[in-house]
Formats: sequence, C-alpha cells, structure tokens
Amino acid sequence: MIDFVWLVPLFPLIGFLIIGLGRNILPKAVAGFIGSLTVLLSFAVSIAIFVQLESSAVKTHIVPLFDWIRAGNLLVPFSFQVDPLSALMLLIVTGIGFLIHVYSTGYMHHDAGFSKFFSYLNLFIFFMLLLVLGSNYIVMFIGWEGVGLCSYLLIGFWYTNSAYASAAKKAFIMNRIGDLGFLIGVFLIFATFGSLEFAQVFPQAANLAPNNPFLILITILLFIGATGKSAQIPLFTWLPDAMAGPTPVSALIHAATMVTAGIYMIARSNILFTLAPLTLEIVAIIGIATALLAATIAVTQTDIKKVLAYSTVSQLGYMFLALGVGAYTGAMFHVLTHAFFKALLFLGAGSVIHAMSNEQDMRAMGGLKKKLPITFITMLIGTIAISGIPPFSGFFSKDEILAHTYQHSKTLWVLGVIGAMFTAFYMFRMLFLTFYNKFRGTHEQEHHLHESPKSMTIPLIVLAALSVVGGFIGIPHILGGHHWLSQFLAPVFYQSSVRTGALTLDHQTEFLLMGVSVAGAVIAALIAFVKYSKNNHVPLADNVDRGTLARLSYHKYYIDEIYDFAISKPLNFLSGFFYRVVDKAAIDGVVQGLGRATTEASKGLRLLQSGNIGFYIFMMVAGIVALLLYGFYNI
Amino acid sequence: MSLLSLLIFLPLAAGLLILVLPYAWQQRYKYVALAAVGIQVIMSAFIYLNFDGNAFSGIDAKSKYQLVEQVSWINLQLGRLGSLQIDYFLGIDGLSMPFLVLSSVVMFIAVLSSWEIKTNLKGYFALLMLLNTAIMGVFCALDFFLFYIFYELMLLPLYFLIGMWGGARREYAAIKFFLYTLFGSVFMLLVIIGLYFSVQDPITGNHTFNMLHMMNPDNYIPGSIFSALAEQQIFGIPARLLGFIVLFIAFAIKVPIVPLHTWLPDAHVEAPTPVSIILAGILLKIGGYGILRICMSIFPDAAIDSAWWLGLIGVVSIIYGALNALAQNDLKRMIAYSSVSHMGFVLLGIASITAEGISGAMLQMISHGFLSTMLFFLVGVIYNRVHSRYIHDFRGLALIMPKYTTFIMIAFFASLGLPGFSAFIAEAFSLIGAFTSESVNGLLPRWMAICGSIGILLSAAYLLWTLQRMFFGKTRLMGGEDWKSKLTDVNGREIFVLTSLTVFALLLGILPSLAFDKMNASVLELIRLVNLK
Repeated sequence: MIDFVWLVPLFPLIGFLIIGLGRNILPKAVAGFIGSLTVLLSFAVSIAIFVQLESSAVKTHIVPLFDWIRAGNLLVPFSFQVDPLSALMLLIVTGIGFLIHVYSTGYMHHDAGFSKFFSYLNLFIFFMLLLVLGSNYIVMFIGWEGVGLCSYLLIGFWYTNSAYASAAKKAFIMNRIGDLGFLIGVFLIFATFGSLEFAQVFPQAANLAPNNPFLILITILLFIGATGKSAQIPLFTWLPDAMAGPTPVSALIHAATMVTAGIYMIARSNILFTLAPLTLEIVAIIGIATALLAATIAVTQTDIKKVLAYSTVSQLGYMFLALGVGAYTGAMFHVLTHAFFKALLFLGAGSVIHAMSNEQDMRAMGGLKKKLPITFITMLIGTIAISGIPPFSGFFSKDEILAHTYQHSKTLWVLGVIGAMFTAFYMFRMLFLTFYNKFRGTHEQEHHLHESPKSMTIPLIVLAALSVVGGFIGIPHILGGHHWLSQFLAPVFYQSSVRTGALTLDHQTEFLLMGVSVAGAVIAALIAFVKYSKNNHVPLADNVDRGTLARLSYHKYYIDEIYDFAISKPLNFLSGFFYRVVDKAAIDGVVQGLGRATTEASKGLRLLQSGNIGFYIFMMVAGIVALLLYGFYNI
Repeated sequence: MSLLSLLIFLPLAAGLLILVLPYAWQQRYKYVALAAVGIQVIMSAFIYLNFDGNAFSGIDAKSKYQLVEQVSWINLQLGRLGSLQIDYFLGIDGLSMPFLVLSSVVMFIAVLSSWEIKTNLKGYFALLMLLNTAIMGVFCALDFFLFYIFYELMLLPLYFLIGMWGGARREYAAIKFFLYTLFGSVFMLLVIIGLYFSVQDPITGNHTFNMLHMMNPDNYIPGSIFSALAEQQIFGIPARLLGFIVLFIAFAIKVPIVPLHTWLPDAHVEAPTPVSIILAGILLKIGGYGILRICMSIFPDAAIDSAWWLGLIGVVSIIYGALNALAQNDLKRMIAYSSVSHMGFVLLGIASITAEGISGAMLQMISHGFLSTMLFFLVGVIYNRVHSRYIHDFRGLALIMPKYTTFIMIAFFASLGLPGFSAFIAEAFSLIGAFTSESVNGLLPRWMAICGSIGILLSAAYLLWTLQRMFFGKTRLMGGEDWKSKLTDVNGREIFVLTSLTVFALLLGILPSLAFDKMNASVLELIRLVNLK
C-alpha cells in the first residue's frame, strides 16, 4: 500500500476539482458527500499504510513520482516520504479531517457557499497532505504555502464582512513573513548541503559538529517559518483574528492540523536542531513565552472562539517548549492529543454558536447544559483533557513535556506548570460561563436553543472518545506502560536521541512532578468553579473600566496596535514617500527637467535666428577667426 | 521561405491585406489579424514541439542553432574600408525559442482584446501587425544590424498605438516612451558600429555584424577598439566595459530598471488594453533577452565585472517597484509598478550567472509574460465596462462579478508567487541562483537574495490589499446603480482568454520542465561562454 501513497492526496484533489468546477450545479448533499467521501478514502489508505509500516522492518520509504525540476545542479524530484512521522500525520489529517467534513455538512447546511466551502476544505486537505508527505523541502514548501492559501480563502469565506476579509489578509501576510524565513533557510540548506532531499541533507548534517554556524543559521531561519505558521511570538496575532472563518475551519485548520505544521517541520528536521543547541534554547524560550502570554490573554476573553484561539496559541507554545528541550516525541504526542481535544472543543463551540443563532459572546450564554446535553458532556471531556487531568489524553502528553522540561531547566518547568494552571482556569471558566447557571441571552435566542443534528454530534462523540483514550498510546514506564508512540517514532528521532539521551529522572521525582501539575490544574479548575459557577460572576461589559492588568489582558496587551504603529504605518509612509517624493518628484522630475531644459535651450537658440544679415555676417567672421586661431595653435 | 521567415512576415502580409481591404469591411479586419496570429500560434507550437533542447545549445555556434537561415543581404565594397557585410541571418536556440511561443500567444490575446478598439480600425490593425513582425524579428535575428532594424521598427507602431488610441494623456506618454527608448538605442548604434569595425568574419576577412562572430574573441582584429587584448579606453573607462554599459542601458530601459522606469507607468496607464498587454507581455522581455543574448554573450568579461551592480539594480528594482505599487490608487499603475518589481528578479537571476539564476530569470520572463497579460486584460475588462480604474471606486465586486473575481484571485495569487503557479518556480530559482552565487562564483553577496525575497512579501501585501479593497466587503460603487448594471460578469471570449492564460501559468508552475528542458542546454552553454573569460 505504501507505493500507492499518492492516492492519499489524490482523492481530496479530485474532490476539490469536482466540487470546485461543479459548485453551481451539484446539489448540496452531493457536494458534501463527495467532499467527505474523498477524505474518508484517504483515511482508509492512510490506515492501510500505517498498518503496513508498523509491521515492516524498513521504516523509511521514499516513493518517487516524477523528476520535477532539473536546472543546473538542482534536481528536485517530486516524491513522497513515508515513515512513522508522516504516517502519524496522515492519520491525524485525514482522520480528523474526515470528522470535520462530516460535521460541516450539518454546520454549513444553510450557507449559500456550501459547495465552495467543501471545495476549499478538500483543497486544504490536499495541500496539508503534500506538506507532510514531501520528501524534500520544496514539496513541503508547496504544501506549506498551499495551506496558507486555503487558510486565507476560508478565513475570508464570508468576505462581505470587511473585518473578516481583513483578518484573512492579515493571516496570509503574517504567514508570509515567516515563509520568507523558511525560504531563505531552504536556500541556505541548498547552498550548504547541495540538495534539498531529506534523505541527503540529514545524513550529511549528522556528520557535522554541533554549533556549526550554518546549522544555527539554518535552524533559526526554519524556526522563523514555524513561528508564522504555528502562531508563535512575534507572529501569533493572526490566529485569534482567524476565528473569523466558519467554526469547522477553526477546528481543522487553526487548531488540529495546519498550525501544527511548524512543529512537524522542526520534528522532521530534528537532527539539524539537535546539532544547534542555541536555536533549541531560543525555541524553548519563545515557546514558553508564547504559552504564558496567550494563556494570560485567554483568561479575560469573552468570545468563546477567542478563548479557544488563545488556548491554541498557548498549547502550540507547549509543543515548541517540548521541541526546545529536545522532547521531539513529546511534541508530536501533544500535536496528536491536542488535535483530538482542541478539534472537539472548537466543534463543541460551533455547536453552541449554532444553537445560539450565531452568538459567540459568553456573556450572553449560560445554562446551556440542559439544552445541549451531548455538546456539554463532550466539551466537558475536552476541557478535562486539555487541563491535563488524568487519565485523559492531555495529561499524558503534557506530563511528558513537563518532565523533559524539568530535566532541562527547573525555571522553565515552573513556568510550564504556571501555564498549565492558567490553562485549566480559562478552560473551566469557559465551560462554566457557557453551560452553568442561568441563560443570559435574549428570549428569541432562548427559544431557538436546540441540540445540534447527528451529523454534528457524532463527530463530537468520536472526538470525545479519542480525547479520553488518546493518551494511552504514550503511557510512561513509571505508570506501567511502555510508551508505544515513542517506540513507533524512534527511527525518526534516532540520530537526535543518540545525542540527547533519554529521560534520566528517578521515579520519585517523576511522580512528584505529575502530582504537582495535576494538583495545580485541579486547584485552578476549583478557582474557576468558585468564581464563575458558585459566585455566578459574569465578565464585565466592554465599556466598563477594568483594572490595569485585566485591561491589558482583555486588549491583548495592545500588540495589534503596536504592530500597526511600528510596521504598517511606517510601511505605508515609506511607500507613499517613495512614490510621491522619489519617483514622481525626483526621478520623473529629472526626466521632465531634461525635456524642459531641451525645450528652453532651443527657445534660447531660436533667438539667434534673428533674420538680421549684419548679425549673421558678424557671427560668420567671428567663426572664421576662431577656426584660424585654433589652427595656428594646434599645428 | 522557411519557418522563421514565415513567422516573421506573415503578420506583415496580414497588415498589408488589411490596408488594401475596403473600409466597408472594417469590422472584419480583426478576423484577418486573428487569423494571422492564430497561424503564428500554431507555427510556434510546432516549433516548440520540434525543438531539440539537448543537442542544440545555440549561443555562439551557428551549427548549434535550429531553423537557421542565412542569406547575404547587403554586400557593399567600400574600398579602403573593406566590404560591408550584412546578412539576413535567423536562427533560434533555447534562449529565443520560448519567447517565440510567448510572443505569439500574447499577440493572439492582444488581438482578442482589440475587440474594444472602435476607431480607425484599419490603421490600428495594420500597425499591430507591423509591431508583430518587428517583435518576431527581434527574437530570431542573429545579425546585429538586422536585430537593430527590427528593434527600432518596434518603436514606430508602438508610438502611434499609444499616441492615437490611448487615454487622456496619450501624447505625453507616447513621446516619453519614444524618447526614453530612443535614448537607449541611439548609443547602442554607436556600439554596434564599434563592434562592426572590431570584428572580422574568420572566413571572408570582412567586417561583420554577425553576432556569433562577435562572441568569439578570436575574431576581434588586434588593436581594435573592442578587442579584449587591446584594452582600449574611452574617457578613461575600458572600452569593453563602456560598450557593455551602453548596451545594458539600452536594454535596461526596456526591462525597465529603476531609475530608468518612469516611462512604464505612464505608457501603461495611457495605452489601450491590447498595447498594455504587448508592452508588459513581450516588450519588457526584449530587454532581458537582449541582456542575455547580446550584453552577456558579446561582453562576458564586462558582464562578470558588473555582475555586482546588475544584482544591486535588480534588488533595488524589486523593492522599489513593490513599495511604489503599494502606494497606487490606480489599478493599472499598480500593476505597472509590480512589473518593475517582478522584472527585478530577472536581473537578479541573470546577474548571478548561475544555471539556477539564469533559468529562473528566463522562466520569470515567460511567466511574467503570461501573468502580466492576464492582469492587464483583467483591468481592461472593468475599464471597458465603466471607464474607471481607481481602486477606491470599487468595493465588493465579488458579489456582482464572481467569475471575474475568481480569475483576478488566480492572477493575483499567481503573481505573488504561490507554489503551483509559474512565478513561484521562477522567482525561487532566480533567488536560489543569487543566493548560491557566493559559493559558486563569488559574484553576488547573499544579502541581495535575502533583500530580493522581501519583494515576495511586499507583493503579497499590495495584491491582497487591493483584493480586499476592491472585491470584498459589501458592494459599493462610485457610479452607483448605473455601474452595477454595466459591470456584467466576464463573457465567453474573456473566459476563453483568462482560462488559457491560467492554464499556461499552472502548466509552467506544475511542470516547469516544459520550459527548463528546452532551455537548459543553452543556459549552460551561456554560462560556459561567460566563464571562459
């Protein structure tokens, strides 16, 4: 089956073409069916590939398709690489992708752009699969840019709203800033190693000594790319705005798959990063800083999707922290569990928004527990999972990250635990504000409240089940497991793990660390319970004065405003200056000036043609004299 | 008459036919023109398919060219000066063949978009066909004198096409265009004469205009002005360097480079849509083609010495053009500045003198030829309907012109270098060439490639901003309901043009080997030639 891996991206591509070209002809049901079916087929092939790979002794398969570009020394084949890392990503992308397609058939049912939506979703899946399957940086970059395009199209899906269109543009451009880093990093890889194939670059890199300046530069550039796509400081502000897109998009692209591309890329290039400890340190610091910054913003947000968006930024920060401390498996583990529970939470939020007639402000919700029982139960599971409370999936992945962090640096670990407490707090805050106490919306909204259709609740239930059991693939040894995931991924991270070594904490410390983080999460959840459920606290209205800290957090530390002031305004000024002053006045001024000077000069010369014969004769004699003089002195 | 001559003179014949046809048939002139360019498209497709890109590398050896025609054209005995030898010498290699395909396709589309021209059709189509002949001639000519004739011949029809069928300030734009280009080519003539007196035909011993002879240092008469060994100087500058600079400026005006670009926005804004299409789609490429075919091949030593400056000019053009595009309110002017920016990649790639860079530059020219054609055609669509091009006159067009919006999004995303479209491969290769130059031949520092890539970012900024302002949001038009009824979605003819251009951009983006395989040998040969020095 591995040789047929090209089928995986092919199905969604066909789906995109059929739905895209037939979007005005196909009935909604057909478009939704085709869209979901293609992803289901890809999922089936992915499972077959996974099974085959699991039993196969060879863990890395290169599947060449064709020689794509040949120019000069650069040969770029279009080929796919199937190994445990890409096989895992295939399952996440197609599996969760399929569930979200099914969910969308219900969620988008009344939308006029239904078929367009499905064509974009299929296209997204196609590019995402290219990204994870590419056997070289160019194919990966194609997927990388392609998912950016789909993200743009889907954020701006309801383009008649100018704010949404603007959010889409912001997302694309901030991603492009990161992509620039990626692209230059790729150039440097080519200049250093003479190839862009993973199979050629990594073995060469493994022979280099650590802290090679080129490796540090390459990894920093790649990491800049990752900060764009995976929404890290300083390029994270696009992700909360990206919530303008329909909620299934937020779940699929802006939580479960695309935003983890940066983590995937670094995990893929792990040997380069392992040999550049300086970069890893930067990655860890940026990761934890983003995790904390986003968490402190999430605690005051009132839009249910914004809370989840900042939560995503924060969780992505944890994944980068994991990469930074060398816990590549931990990072991928968290990618996986996060895909389950964050997709679940977003879809749950979508179900709430659907029921609330498109209301997203939690101040107008409350008491939805009874009306939306399935949504409530599943979201509760998601909340427990993300908070890191055992035995749900988030606990295992977060624990693994924190344990590795502790071994790397105690300070980072303390910060990590604080972040985890924030996570539990804002998530339970969201849960209580939405589902507990009395309903705070209008009568009309109350009247319309309903549980979502089956097409939406079934994906919720499946994801909830995965959020419960998903962590069991990585039970650590001290809890009696044998961490299947780590063994599965071991071949991919082999070169790195040889250099970094395994976790060396003794059992007592490990249990202690677990206990601290779980206790912290439970305490934070209790605080949220007391404040938002027991005391029935509702966040203040927008115009009411908050305390300084709360205001900073509520207004996202004014980072958007700072960027606007520091980047957009100067750029606009610069472009205006270049056009009006340099181009129009200076350059074109000179050009016009030359023309005018010629005209003026000939106007002057024209006066010599006075028609006065005496003057002509005088000039003639003067000329002859001048010539004679010239002749005397030169010969 | 062989294929290339046929390709060159077929439009001239069509032009003459149009001139003799009675005025009563003036609605049919366009079909005559369309038939001529249609046949050209078929011929160039035939040439493309039969072109052997591996065995025939071209550049400096006649035997490596394909479809060669060489006829002695002017052979005057000038007594003491020897004999004047000008050949009718045509041939194509990997550097010129892609442009024949590009030119014929762009010309075809230009004729299709000439449906909008309503006045003085006889003159218009006759001039258009004359221009067509000149363009094809430029890409086929291998005799410098013949090249120069075709090169100057382009000016005449263009001057009138802009000056008579253009917008409000058409005369200003036409004169500006004319003087700018003439400024470059007059000095070029001096260099041509200098070369003529420096080069000898190795067989007849006559002075010659044969470009291929000019590329071989053995053919230079010892002590002549452009002889590499003589190291002559003019005004204290090495003669060969000066010759290179003069030729470079002549072609650079066409490209155009900053700061010799200000004719371009004016010419584009005032020109009617088909002429804008030809300007952006073909004429700018003649600049890049000239630099490769003539500047670099004849003066390779000077090309290496000036590579750093060429690269710098390329980078400045990329960023400067993009920043200016960001400041525009006029859609057509914005696209004109974006052309300046995109053509900067061509220069940067050429300056790197690496296989990746030059292949990238070639592909960028072809890609930009299709994409700028598409963009100007798209501007023409709304301009024809409501006679406005101002970005802030429109808003929310996506609601009333969904198909049009789809095409403009394709064109914009292709232009901003989205993978899957030709511009991505082209720009990436130009940049890779510039980036690796430091380790391959040490000509360009790496910061040039890095600064150049900022242009990709800026292009996303100005294109997406335009998209947001004109197409998204609620529909609000300057001309109100009247405009709303006039702004009908694209019709069949327009869909045909836009779809075919999309296909070209996609094909070259997905299968760039369609172009690379045909030109690879020539590019490598050119680099070999340059590195010999």
